[in-house]
Amino acid sequence: MTDISAAGLEFSHLSKRYGEVVALDDMTFDLRHGEVFGFVGGNGAGKTTTMRIALGVLLADSGEVRWRGSPVTFENRRRIGYMPEERGLYPKMRVAEQLVYLARLHGLSVEAARERTAVWTERLGVAARMNDEIQALSLGNQQRVQLASALVHDPAVLILDEPFSGLDPTAVEVMSEVLHEQADTGVPVLFSSHQLDLVERISDRVGIVRAGIMVASGTVDELRGTGHEQLVVDVPDADPAWSRTVPGTSLLREENGRVLLELDEGLDDQVVLRAALAAGPVREFARRRPPLTELFRHVVSVADDDETSAGQPAAGKVDA
Amino acid sequence: MNPTSAMSSRQAVWLVAERELRTRLRSKAYRITTLALMLLVIAFAVVMQLVSSLDSEKKVGYTDSAAAVMRDVSAIATGRGEPVDAQRVRSESAGRTLVSAGKLDVLVLGTHGSRMDVVVDEKLDDTLRSTLTAAAGQSALTRQITGLGGDPTQVAAAVSGASVEVDALSPSPSFDPQRLAVGSVAGILIYLALVTTGQTVAQGVVEEKSTRVVEVLLATIRPWQLMAGKVLGIGLVGLLQVAAVGVTGVVAGQITGALSLSLSTSISVVAWLVVWFVLGFTMYSLVFAGLGALVSRQEDVGGVTAIPTMLLVVGYVVGISILPTAPSNPVVAGLSLVPLFSPTLMPMRLAMGEVPVWQTLAALLLAVATVPFLVSLSGRIYRNGVVRTGTRLSLREAVRNG
Repeated sequence: MTDISAAGLEFSHLSKRYGEVVALDDMTFDLRHGEVFGFVGGNGAGKTTTMRIALGVLLADSGEVRWRGSPVTFENRRRIGYMPEERGLYPKMRVAEQLVYLARLHGLSVEAARERTAVWTERLGVAARMNDEIQALSLGNQQRVQLASALVHDPAVLILDEPFSGLDPTAVEVMSEVLHEQADTGVPVLFSSHQLDLVERISDRVGIVRAGIMVASGTVDELRGTGHEQLVVDVPDADPAWSRTVPGTSLLREENGRVLLELDEGLDDQVVLRAALAAGPVREFARRRPPLTELFRHVVSVADDDETSAGQPAAGKVDA
Repeated sequence: MNPTSAMSSRQAVWLVAERELRTRLRSKAYRITTLALMLLVIAFAVVMQLVSSLDSEKKVGYTDSAAAVMRDVSAIATGRGEPVDAQRVRSESAGRTLVSAGKLDVLVLGTHGSRMDVVVDEKLDDTLRSTLTAAAGQSALTRQITGLGGDPTQVAAAVSGASVEVDALSPSPSFDPQRLAVGSVAGILIYLALVTTGQTVAQGVVEEKSTRVVEVLLATIRPWQLMAGKVLGIGLVGLLQVAAVGVTGVVAGQITGALSLSLSTSISVVAWLVVWFVLGFTMYSLVFAGLGALVSRQEDVGGVTAIPTMLLVVGYVVGISILPTAPSNPVVAGLSLVPLFSPTLMPMRLAMGEVPVWQTLAALLLAVATVPFLVSLSGRIYRNGVVRTGTRLSLREAVRNG
């Protein structure tokens, strides 16, 4: 296996505009061998544009995508397994025919294409639907076929656009299992989502993007570290107002004497403990690790906000 | 990332074409349309045959006293290429009954001197009148010659040997009505084939765009390979249809006898049809593929392909409305040399006959010369448009970008 920490696919200073609309602005990050990288952002943030540039479907105005240090070429691009958002399949073509066709376009022989089709339809639980037209399948099954189409040519890199949207919990499990299996063989996996909680759960590293810019990237722990420290302090008998006497803290929540405090940079938590003890007996004193959804709520709009995000600069024609 | 065996352009184009062939040939709509068109040309041949047979044989009744003059009537009618069906009636009254019942077109009673007595229901058919008049004249002449002591047979031979030798200074080409009909059918067929295959190409492009299949495909093959494969595949499917219907038409025409054209003429009509379908399809499918790439939804295909569809319609309508009555109309002849009109007009003119060789060659050369230009323009539009989803891309934008 290759060195896990080595850069596999590097996205280097990508910029792309559509007329006045800036789709990507100096987008830079890398995808390491054997990791699952979650790419998060609202609609129109630039996730799909980044992926399309990696696949050569779109040309960047500036910047480049490199594989193991050298620019991605038309020939080695074929080794990327790609799943576009929604479908990416011919509705009136049969499952097996479609997978064999795509495998052959990626350079496999007919025999190899058939063999891989059999393997992946079996693994993803759609083997019974081999001779059905795609349009006759449920949405979840269509998505499984789509994943199979990205995997059928044994890709060296996987790039998946919103693979989890619209999946039921079992399918989500199967999908994330397969992604990790692939990563374990050294394949870097990039997937996009607007569900930060899901990304946090299954990614090794996360990149958060807004308006074409990578706002933050790193492991989940690293990202949490970028936020201010939070403390949960339970002083049941005291007036909750005790916390206000401690300079450098702000009260986030209060419930039955239990407070959630955010500490300013560099403030010693022992100062807070002493203030709490002075107010009354302390039942609980703990550091809190806020989930990413809380830290980046302002960056990532949840699905419900999609409609209202239409006015964002990059929304509309650019199509994420 | 070592490339799995690199694919040649030929392989890539053929892989795409093969998919088109397989999925299109399997489609029910295609099979039904082809079968319907084949049945239609067979029906056309049968109807033509029936109409012509109904038309020619006039039924002429005669009484015993008119038997001699009837021989002249039959001989003259046959000589004029409009043979009659001679039927002897038992009596004059029986004959009159048959005439009023519509079983006979005319009843010949006999001649008195230079007068011939006939009975009709309403009025005498013009063709029959001239035949009967000639026969009456003939029998009057025969009587006169015999009266003068001459030999009527000798006189008849001398008369039939007399002829006019024509030296036309600017001869107008003659058109066989059969070929005019065949030309019209060829025009309808090629028009239908070009419209349907052109639309199929545009819809196929949009299908790949709207389902985002195109993004997966373009990660593996180049835009021009995808476009070429699609055009080739759909073109072959259309060609198969045109050839099948054309051959069916010729075979049906020959078997029923509706076509009096020689086999070689028929084959040349079908061959030209195929040549012009290939050229016309190449030109139009390039245009349709490029324009299809501008939109993302099937509903928008009609709007964006309206102009090339209009060109097809104009060529066809001009041809079908003018050529059958004026096959050598100079305006239509000129138009038939212009690239996007030639695919509909030229096969019609060629089927109707009498196209000067230079015009045939000029139309072919101009059409062939247009193809590289269309390849480069449409390829550019396609490449720029095919990955842009969302709102319709303006033509100017698509040509400029890139």
